[in-house]
Amino acid sequence: MNLSNTKKLLEVNRLRVNFRTPDGFVTAVNDLNFTLAQGETLGIVGESGSGKSQTAFALMGLLAGNGVIEGEARFNEQNILTLNEKAMNRIRSKEIAMIFQDPMTSLNPYMKVGKQLMEVLILHKGMSKAEAFEASVKMLDAVKMPEARKRMNMYPHEFSGGMRQRVMIAMALLCQPKLLIADEPTTALDVTVQAQILTLLNELKDDFNTSIIMITHDLGVVAGLCDKVLVMYAGQTMEYGTAEDVFYRPTHPYTQGLLKAIPRLDADDEQLSTIPGNPPNLLQMPSGCPFQARCEFARERCGESIPPLEEYAPDQLRACHKSVDGWVA
Amino acid sequence: MNTANNILMEVNNLKVHFNIKSDNAWPWEKGQALKAVDGVNLTIYAGETLGVVGESGCGKSTLARALLRLVPITEGNVVWLGQDLTDLDKKQMRDKRQELQMIFQDPLASLDPRMTVGDIIAEPLKTFRPELSKTEVKAEVKAIMDRVGLLPNVINRYPHEFSGGQCQRIGIARALILKPKLIVCDEPVSALDVSIQAQVVNLLKELQAEMGLSLVFIAHDLSVVKHISDRVLVMYLGNAVELASKRALYENPQHPYTKALMSAVPVPDPKVERGKKIQLLTGDLPSPISPPSGCVFRTRCPHANEGCAQQKPTLQILSDEHQVACSRLADIT
Repeated sequence: MNLSNTKKLLEVNRLRVNFRTPDGFVTAVNDLNFTLAQGETLGIVGESGSGKSQTAFALMGLLAGNGVIEGEARFNEQNILTLNEKAMNRIRSKEIAMIFQDPMTSLNPYMKVGKQLMEVLILHKGMSKAEAFEASVKMLDAVKMPEARKRMNMYPHEFSGGMRQRVMIAMALLCQPKLLIADEPTTALDVTVQAQILTLLNELKDDFNTSIIMITHDLGVVAGLCDKVLVMYAGQTMEYGTAEDVFYRPTHPYTQGLLKAIPRLDADDEQLSTIPGNPPNLLQMPSGCPFQARCEFARERCGESIPPLEEYAPDQLRACHKSVDGWVA
Repeated sequence: MNTANNILMEVNNLKVHFNIKSDNAWPWEKGQALKAVDGVNLTIYAGETLGVVGESGCGKSTLARALLRLVPITEGNVVWLGQDLTDLDKKQMRDKRQELQMIFQDPLASLDPRMTVGDIIAEPLKTFRPELSKTEVKAEVKAIMDRVGLLPNVINRYPHEFSGGQCQRIGIARALILKPKLIVCDEPVSALDVSIQAQVVNLLKELQAEMGLSLVFIAHDLSVVKHISDRVLVMYLGNAVELASKRALYENPQHPYTKALMSAVPVPDPKVERGKKIQLLTGDLPSPISPPSGCVFRTRCPHANEGCAQQKPTLQILSDEHQVACSRLADIT
């Protein structure tokens, strides 16, 4: 796995998302950089408020009205952040598709599932109704929907949560997008259903060679699916590297703390280690490193400047003033 | 440790059925029974933590509420220190609530937004011990706030000023102030971030050791439950399918559902996660309004045969610390 070479599908440079609020500007995403090659899977991990979902919305052009984007995101050499609505609509679904967290609110409750699926094909691929119907049934089969043909005629409320998420995935994959952005696709689901959906995503990744950006707070989900991992905290990248590096050789105190704080099924430790304190308020960000207040290694320097994201080993980036071996006096 | 003389609570054949009527039903039509909890037997011992796990719709929250009689109990009884709670009238039950407290899932929604933190925590004291003076109440509130890790200067703030983790600490303080014997925690950490979740879990464990509390800890997350529990009950569609000590359950799960549930939990370790074999369950949870005949898990069980549809298995004792409800156990292990 290599972070730098091979043909890039998506290249995000200094992406910044600000929100205008009555209390001032809030920076939800701060100078985010990453690249994604065809067929690669990137996991963006962070706690609530870390800016991971806003990154996805920014890429899809779905930011709320008070959001302001800076930076660029080159998708197939084209900056998709400056496209107008019409051009963006051509890219959505055909090139980039998204799966949302809550499968209930993301489907139209008034429309039969089949119609919602066919709509995508008729709009983007100019298919006839009959063609679209057959293609939709085929896709529902591909996501392992039982009795796909019968289900085309049903409404979303007649489906269970896992089934709805399958419909969402089928819908996202109808036009065989090059990039699939999945925003917490399994958070609302039970573990056994989550396992079904993750297995499905893994298979689809291999079958269609789709690149996936997996946004989640669950490091376990990332471990099973992702080639690369980007750890975010308060809108900033803390650590970015291959899954192997981030899980087995984490170098940032936040990543280390996070990995230790997860109760694990396969470990038998009595006391969970914790990260003290709470995430910072994005309206009153401390100067310097956003994690300093909760970091056991923090020193004066951490309050003075934001640590830059630097390559510390090939393909492994970290943003921390402390060197990997400890503080250099 | 778990002997007959330190039994706190005994639950016998507890059933909670809700009567469901469709919106456009005629007034004379009879509703259908939704069997949220359908015959659960349990014993809770002093000083232990009983974990209850299961997926959504398995009846774990209803069970929690039924233990405190917060939902009407259809059949069976809950015996608290020798006294049947289902016999008590409203006033007597209210008195019992001093010993039985609850912590809820959504930390912000379970706090009154128009009351200050101090008032929220003091409310149970003011209700049950009206003889206390204002200064005494305040001293108690401050002591308990200190214990759960809330700074004394936040006493006059309102719930919306706190993060989820802090709100959960307020909820814990309120539950603890009457020094109860049993706290039922209904998914207390599900809404919290990982780093905050660990703080709250550790706090609950400390408090339990310190005050000799018993906890019923309800969660859908098997790893959190493993961390905090002494014994674990696995539920599926209103039924107890496995009840065992933590060690027995996690090292040697017996019921096909427990096995599937455990293999489905993602482990934050790429090599383990990619190498492991997941026992995928097919299909979805059946409706609790018309559950399958016989064993409720048979429609998704890889080992089910005709016999499973005939008779409903009950918890069978496997060893001192292990009970399983599966009629095919001898054939599948």
